[in-house]
Amino acid sequence: MMIKQLTLAASALGLSTVLLSGQAQVLVDPASLLKPLGESWPTYSGDYTGRRFSALKQVNKTTVKNLSLAWIVRLTAGAGAAGGGGGGRGGGGGGSDVIMGGVGTEIAGAGPANVKGAILMVNDVLYVSSPDNVWALDARDGRELWHYVWRTRGGTHIGNRGVAIWNNYLFFETPDDYLVSLDAKTGKERWHVEIADFDEQYFSTPAPIIVGNHVLVGTGNDLDMPGFLQSFDPETGKLQWKFYTVPMNPGDPGLETWPSLDAARHGGGQVWVPGVYDPETKLYIFGTGNPTPGYTGVARKGDNLFTCSLVAVNVDTGKMAWYFQTSAHDTHDWDSAQTPILIDGTINGKPRKLVSTASRNGYFYTVDRVSGEHVVTSKFGTASNWANGLRPTGVVEPNPGKEATIPGSLVSPVEGGVTNWPPAAYSPDTGLFYVHERNGFNIVYLTDPDPRGSMGLGGKTTSGVGAAPSYLTAIDYKTGKAAWRHQFPGVTGGGGSGGILATAGGVLFTGDAGGNFVSFDANTGKPLWHARIGGISNAPETYLLDGLQYVLVAVGDALYAFRLN
Amino acid sequence: MKHVLAALLSLILAVTVRATAQGPPTPPPAGQAPPVQGGRGAGGQAGRGFPAQQKPLADPAVIARGKTLYEISCRSCHGADLRGGDMAGPNLLRSQIALNDNDGESIGEIVRTGRGEMAPFDLPLDSVKAIAAYIRSILATARGQGSPPAGPRVELNVLVGDATAGQAYFAANCSSCHSPTGDLNGLAQRYADPMALQNAWVSGGGGGGRGGRGGGGAAPAGAPSRREVRVTVTLASGEKVEGRLGRIDDFIVTLTQADGTSRSFRRDGDLPRIDIRDPLDAHKKLLLVYTDTDMHNVTAFLATLK
Repeated sequence: MMIKQLTLAASALGLSTVLLSGQAQVLVDPASLLKPLGESWPTYSGDYTGRRFSALKQVNKTTVKNLSLAWIVRLTAGAGAAGGGGGGRGGGGGGSDVIMGGVGTEIAGAGPANVKGAILMVNDVLYVSSPDNVWALDARDGRELWHYVWRTRGGTHIGNRGVAIWNNYLFFETPDDYLVSLDAKTGKERWHVEIADFDEQYFSTPAPIIVGNHVLVGTGNDLDMPGFLQSFDPETGKLQWKFYTVPMNPGDPGLETWPSLDAARHGGGQVWVPGVYDPETKLYIFGTGNPTPGYTGVARKGDNLFTCSLVAVNVDTGKMAWYFQTSAHDTHDWDSAQTPILIDGTINGKPRKLVSTASRNGYFYTVDRVSGEHVVTSKFGTASNWANGLRPTGVVEPNPGKEATIPGSLVSPVEGGVTNWPPAAYSPDTGLFYVHERNGFNIVYLTDPDPRGSMGLGGKTTSGVGAAPSYLTAIDYKTGKAAWRHQFPGVTGGGGSGGILATAGGVLFTGDAGGNFVSFDANTGKPLWHARIGGISNAPETYLLDGLQYVLVAVGDALYAFRLN
Repeated sequence: MKHVLAALLSLILAVTVRATAQGPPTPPPAGQAPPVQGGRGAGGQAGRGFPAQQKPLADPAVIARGKTLYEISCRSCHGADLRGGDMAGPNLLRSQIALNDNDGESIGEIVRTGRGEMAPFDLPLDSVKAIAAYIRSILATARGQGSPPAGPRVELNVLVGDATAGQAYFAANCSSCHSPTGDLNGLAQRYADPMALQNAWVSGGGGGGRGGRGGGGAAPAGAPSRREVRVTVTLASGEKVEGRLGRIDDFIVTLTQADGTSRSFRRDGDLPRIDIRDPLDAHKKLLLVYTDTDMHNVTAFLATLK
């Protein structure tokens, strides 16, 4: 059914029918990723826009109150998990063999999985991941079809943001810095290639993004290493290009914002969250991480380009078209890596092609996505206290007094930021950008006053000293002002959990601060439905199968699928 | 360890704190902890983590010899702690060459041929290997999230504030609830470490009750603690139910009554009416008000309460 549609669509557009005719059973033609989010979920954000706005409306403001459980499955990471007790715990059997791969000797994190990324839904199959693990599950009941485990050589096993699919092949990244390609139908490995230097302490969490014949791959690092985005050939695994987010050579743009080439080359700016893609300009737009050393900016005076920036790179050449810095000279580990959102909007009566992002530092930005021209800056983290106003360019001027100090600096937000990697959403129906707003304070003490600066995230100690009210916040992209805020009740503070899904049914799905999975009215923020299933660990998604709209979400090792029964 | 400590602290203070960077803050609702999402430090996943640097260490005698050779030939430029020196030698602990070296093959090449401003050293192969072994041994002591190895302890003076100004600030902003001769009498003895003192008073976590650690637990057993969050639920019938707040979200409120029994009520919008009394409310509001100077001054004043 879906394959037919894809073939028809591709033929109608005159796209690569050669490829299709050669592989009749292709699961996801990359050209199909250009379509807006509909019945399936074929890429990290559902589609390239990052909006996480589904056209499905079976579940809507009227019907959502009848949403109920379709199935639960609990995933066990590592080998030895095969059989009904493994992937199929509570989910109706499972029982597939574990397919082993990897270059290392260790099986990490064997036990309950922690799903912190996108789940693809393609051709009635779900593709789920956790560090070193990929599962294929039946989208109707969560039954395990296959389970792949990567033996690791180590690295930081904090999370995996999901797999990517190109034709019949899956791609995922491992904590020990490999890009691995699997046959989507069988889980058998096609190849793996090394994507970063393990000895330099890179570790890789992002979901790759497929654009045409590019596999766009970011990675992460805490040890003062340069950030980069790479493009690989999906057929062969060969590197196509590598874009560094910091100056690496004399004469590189941005070098004037670092005290030395050595500082720039150790300046961070990791690309650890997937970005978005604008097919009209062929620009892949993504956010970059914090500069390093993270808390001790003394040895990297300057704005530290292109860390904490929105960056637009041509997918065919790997060359930067524009940038906009969302946090100049960050000294609080507030990455700007969050997935931005493409908005076709109107500013002062004129149609504009825009990109918006809500940054970990508590500021919201709208930028022209063709030129990078600044449109809006606003503070959405109501307690954020680290800035000294705006520059004429719309860049926020940091207050050096709020850097870590020996007697302590009272700073909001806390290290995790007002928001973080769990993605925001945007509804073209309401014109609102939805994001969790977590407000809190910590005292940041400088513990390493060495004039050479510390390394990584070292040199400081932080102590949380209190929460400020936290919200689900709906921002007007045109003004940056909040159209509404839904405050999470309770005196312990803290904000909602997980990412956000918006739908044409006029509802949002996300986690609140009390372990509830909640549907909110997208116009008003009023809660319409909830189920207390625990803290949401990924971003909710939705798909249509057998004429039924499913809402899928992860809570650690458990996947919950809801529908109107 | 630091992360564990920070996580514990954040639970104790019941605020949004994270010592990690890639995960969002996921404050557990009182009474039940949702799955932890954070943990960028090595091994955020359940189970043990992996060391940041895994290369096998050389024989201790070789490392010791390498240390001596490093002191003689390398220290002046690269620093006693390998983090770079006054003479512009780069930080070896974040050097791609040093991090990739297995047995002197990369470090040795630079030692023997020089690089940039660095002159070549005429050292025999076993000496070069010993220096590389020493550098790797230091790399192996690096801490999580890219932090350098722990250096010698540095005394850091948190007490930089003006105690007199702090006393005036206290009189104006704190004295309606607190007294230097009453509840805060001897406070500085309970918090010998000024950093702990400051964290405690700013958060309001220093007294008895759930938020307290070590301080002023003078309340008799069974009596409501000064730090407890209290809630009154007014039912449609007019009945009022009062107790210690368990948790509250948009859909439920739970409390523990004076006799120790627990009750919960479904919430639907504004019904039933909920009145919460959080003794730390004033502390939380002041977070938006303090300047760092105010904070340091008050800490300096409170440090005099011995």
